[in-house]
Amino acid sequence: MAAPSIQVEQAPSVQYVLRLADTALILGQRLGEWCGHAPVLEEDIALANIALDLIGQSRALLTRAGQLEGKDHDEDQLAFLREERDYRNATIVELPNGPSRPGDFAFTVLRNAMMATWFRLLWERLRESSDAELAAIAGKAVKEARYHQQHSSDWVVRLGDGTDESARRLRAALDALWRYGAELFDSDAVDVAAAANGLGPRWADLREPWLAEMRELFDEAKLAMPADSAFRSTGKTGVHSEHMGYILADLQFLQRAYPGGAW
Amino acid sequence: MMNPAMRVTAQEQRALRAWEVLQSVLDPEVPALSVCDLGIVRDVIAHDDGTEVVLTPTYSGCPATEVIERSVIDAIDDAGLGPARVTLQRAPAWTTDWISDEGRRKLHSYGIAPPAGGASGIAQQAPIRIVRRSRPARVECPRCGSADTERLSAFGSTACKALYRCVACREPFEHFKPI
Repeated sequence: MAAPSIQVEQAPSVQYVLRLADTALILGQRLGEWCGHAPVLEEDIALANIALDLIGQSRALLTRAGQLEGKDHDEDQLAFLREERDYRNATIVELPNGPSRPGDFAFTVLRNAMMATWFRLLWERLRESSDAELAAIAGKAVKEARYHQQHSSDWVVRLGDGTDESARRLRAALDALWRYGAELFDSDAVDVAAAANGLGPRWADLREPWLAEMRELFDEAKLAMPADSAFRSTGKTGVHSEHMGYILADLQFLQRAYPGGAW
Repeated sequence: MMNPAMRVTAQEQRALRAWEVLQSVLDPEVPALSVCDLGIVRDVIAHDDGTEVVLTPTYSGCPATEVIERSVIDAIDDAGLGPARVTLQRAPAWTTDWISDEGRRKLHSYGIAPPAGGASGIAQQAPIRIVRRSRPARVECPRCGSADTERLSAFGSTACKALYRCVACREPFEHFKPI
């Protein structure tokens, strides 16, 4: 018997934490796909290490979301038994590891730099959360995000200011990714409510500091700052790209087919 | 009947004994260090109904965390100080500054360059340096002591380490990252 799906509470505080948890989890899942496939051994290890940190952060956040929800859902149930529409990650992290072919290293490191910078800014603010547990998770995660940001930014500069070919690939990655960044800085009822009760910042408040750091990075990497895009992805509201179902099929298959399976 | 003062003393002794036992519980990924050397044991509390050990995880995704919890419980139980239970305390976040001096010596003689001190203060506030091939801080080779070393990989065999090479003696070595 396949495991049935669970329904998740729509309360803004639960949704706010789930958005973070899912964004970390799905990026971790995508980075995990690199394991055994990165261009050099050191980066294989780096990408797997970053994935582990992200999945660890997500586990803590999912646990907290379950507690806030008050329906006794644990981290495993929330990860493995929610349907696509109940996943609240930003769309950018569910995109395959390359716009035209999987295994695009430039795309991967650029997305990592964009996301690590965003996460770091968010974690810094969440250290002051009115929710003590969320603040504690942030106190740990911010150190990890700093390391991820430093490492992925190094690579963006190396590729952007490298050979003609590496710069061309990085530009192509930026073209494909930039418009998906916008979703990370739009506010709606969920994060406005979180900001009002001190749970965490509005996502819109992260936009200026994030853009300033991206500008600095792109200058060093000899990348032109792209124009704002009118396109908006909607993953955080549960409306995902066509790629999301495949990730969940991978991620959830075992627990769906063999409920409670453990080893 | 035992008087209350004596019971407190017995509990204190059990807690002290538990601390001693924990000196021999090793980190499975850095087996040179005990959980006490690593600075992840925040407290040991002897209750009427058992012994509670308060641990702080090192990295969010460290796969050793669950193994360490299990080893701590087994060690306390085996020493007759149980039933043991572990509670996790996230705040304040673990920092390599909590690795004991003894732990740093053990790391060094195990061939792992220990983390620099002061990791939890200024370093965590500093801006991210966006410069071409940003050079990490110099780390001293744990074998020959030379400061002429280079980083091979920012991430190592475990979440807590990076991989270095000594230019002087040509040996590769691991560095415990300061966080």
